[in-house]
Amino acid sequence: MILRTENVTRQYFRQGKGTNVFTALQETSLTIPGGKLIEVMGRSGSGKSTLLNLCAGLLEPTAGKVFLDDTDLYALDDRERSKLRNESFGVIPQGQTGLRSLTVLENVLLPCEMYGISGQEEYALELLERVGIAELSNTYPSELSGGEMRRLSIARALIRKPGVLLADEPTGDLDDENTHIVLGMFRRFAEEGMAVLLVTHETEAAEYADEVYRMEKGVLTRQDAE
Amino acid sequence: MKFANNLAWKNMKRKPGRTIALILLAAFLAFSVFGGSLVVMSLQNGLTSYEARLGADIIVVPNQARSHGSIESILLQGIPGYFYMDDSVLEKARNTEGVEIATPQFYLASASSGCCSVSVQVIGFDPETDFTIKPWIQKNYSGTIGDGDLLVGSAIAVPSNRKLTFYNVECNVAGQLERTGTGLDNAVYANMNTIRQMMESSVLLGFDYFSDVSAEHAISSVMIKVMDGYDIDQVTGDLNIHLRRVEATQAKTMISDIASGLTSVSRVIGGLTVMIWILAIVILIVAFAMIVNERKKEFGVLRVAGASQKMLSRLLLAESGLISLIGALAGAGTAALVILPFLGMIRESLNLPMLLPSVPVILLLAVGAVVLTAFAGALTSAVSTRKITRADAGLILREDA
Repeated sequence: MILRTENVTRQYFRQGKGTNVFTALQETSLTIPGGKLIEVMGRSGSGKSTLLNLCAGLLEPTAGKVFLDDTDLYALDDRERSKLRNESFGVIPQGQTGLRSLTVLENVLLPCEMYGISGQEEYALELLERVGIAELSNTYPSELSGGEMRRLSIARALIRKPGVLLADEPTGDLDDENTHIVLGMFRRFAEEGMAVLLVTHETEAAEYADEVYRMEKGVLTRQDAE
Repeated sequence: MKFANNLAWKNMKRKPGRTIALILLAAFLAFSVFGGSLVVMSLQNGLTSYEARLGADIIVVPNQARSHGSIESILLQGIPGYFYMDDSVLEKARNTEGVEIATPQFYLASASSGCCSVSVQVIGFDPETDFTIKPWIQKNYSGTIGDGDLLVGSAIAVPSNRKLTFYNVECNVAGQLERTGTGLDNAVYANMNTIRQMMESSVLLGFDYFSDVSAEHAISSVMIKVMDGYDIDQVTGDLNIHLRRVEATQAKTMISDIASGLTSVSRVIGGLTVMIWILAIVILIVAFAMIVNERKKEFGVLRVAGASQKMLSRLLLAESGLISLIGALAGAGTAALVILPFLGMIRESLNLPMLLPSVPVILLLAVGAVVLTAFAGALTSAVSTRKITRADAGLILREDA
């Protein structure tokens, strides 16, 4: 699978005096092919999360297009785009993202449950085993540490065996050891054929990436080409 | 839908305190609308029933009726009472211009001593001329009421041997009448001969009910039907002029007092219900807005995992709908438990006739209250639902990161 953005721009319209248009992302084209791990680095507020959300079909671009293979994501209606996201995208959002009323296992199975796909418990447990929190499958997110919660998000993102994995600050609240474990996982996912986009402000991720980009004030530049 | 219901249920279980508080609010809504409408409808039924039971255009009672238990308290509240006048009033009334039919009624309060089985109001009527009690009785009892026979109101417990004794006159219970929601449910009915026998026997037993009227000539009231073409006001005035020591009252005056009481009570109940609804709906809207705001991140996660806007709406509506439905069932159930068994007490405190609607009507009211509450409860979350589902999931996640 190939995820591709074509001249995407995102602007926000603010209320108030003076300039009321804020451009979070300047015209950006980026290709994330299957089997590659692409890292986008940048400071907080630089526009990297905006790019990731545009890629995930979660934020409509002001201009430009986003393609998954030949499918224009924003030409689809919300229902079709949501279904495509469920089937083909694994998204790891920023922060703590467990649903409090569900156990760890139920959280992982959430993308399957919402489309009535059953019989995935064994695979969910296998994923929890792989991210190292299988023993916590029956606990609730409120009892998890930051690192454990992050792993829960990773397992949930993988449950539908997606072709694209998009991770927003996946190591933000992890210690050094856990940061390397998680980054190592992403490297393996890319090697297994996934198109991986990793958005982070941390420098350690660069050694795991195939291509590194820097985002500054909404402008994306290739780091290793500088 | 299964996913939405399952998740809604789990969300509710995870926050029991909040869920119970919201259920109580919804229950309050259903209680007020079902309870209020049930009471108002019972009052309306009671008035209709009372109006039908009176059945006369004019009622003539002795002046002393005020001190010995007015006709309203006997017929409305079922408080045993008595008052008498000489039966010459009956003949004079019959001879008054414009009077079509005049029939006597007899009210005898049974004694609490051994000579009487139960303490009730005994009402006697003349089967030959009666036009108020007979049409009603005929709906429940097709036979004739012979000498020594009694028909009993719905609230009277009938002994297994079907015998009741008043002033040592043993009578046979021939039938039981349907509920009217008035004091008539606590009365027993006898023909003129039977009640005269009781009245005479009461004198022999030493009860002095009749004072200056002889028991064999005593009657309690005269019910009058006015001829077509005559003005009831005019006939009432004529009766008051020509008959001494009695008072002729138009039945509609008695009804209008009750009707105005009913209007006041209905207004109070209606006003309270509207206030409760406004307050509870505002609280529910705020509560659901807070819940949605608090769980913004979760909705973002659901969108990330592939939930469409429609799916998210369904989830939120399922949650508010379930809460409202449970609350509505609890509220309607509680209203039924509070009002149905205690209707008598409510009637006494309001001093108005009350008659419950039929079971299908009660069920219809309950179902209506439940549906209305569940719908209103679900709607209160609609504003917040619309706001969150229309927002870009990317922005929600960014805001909360």
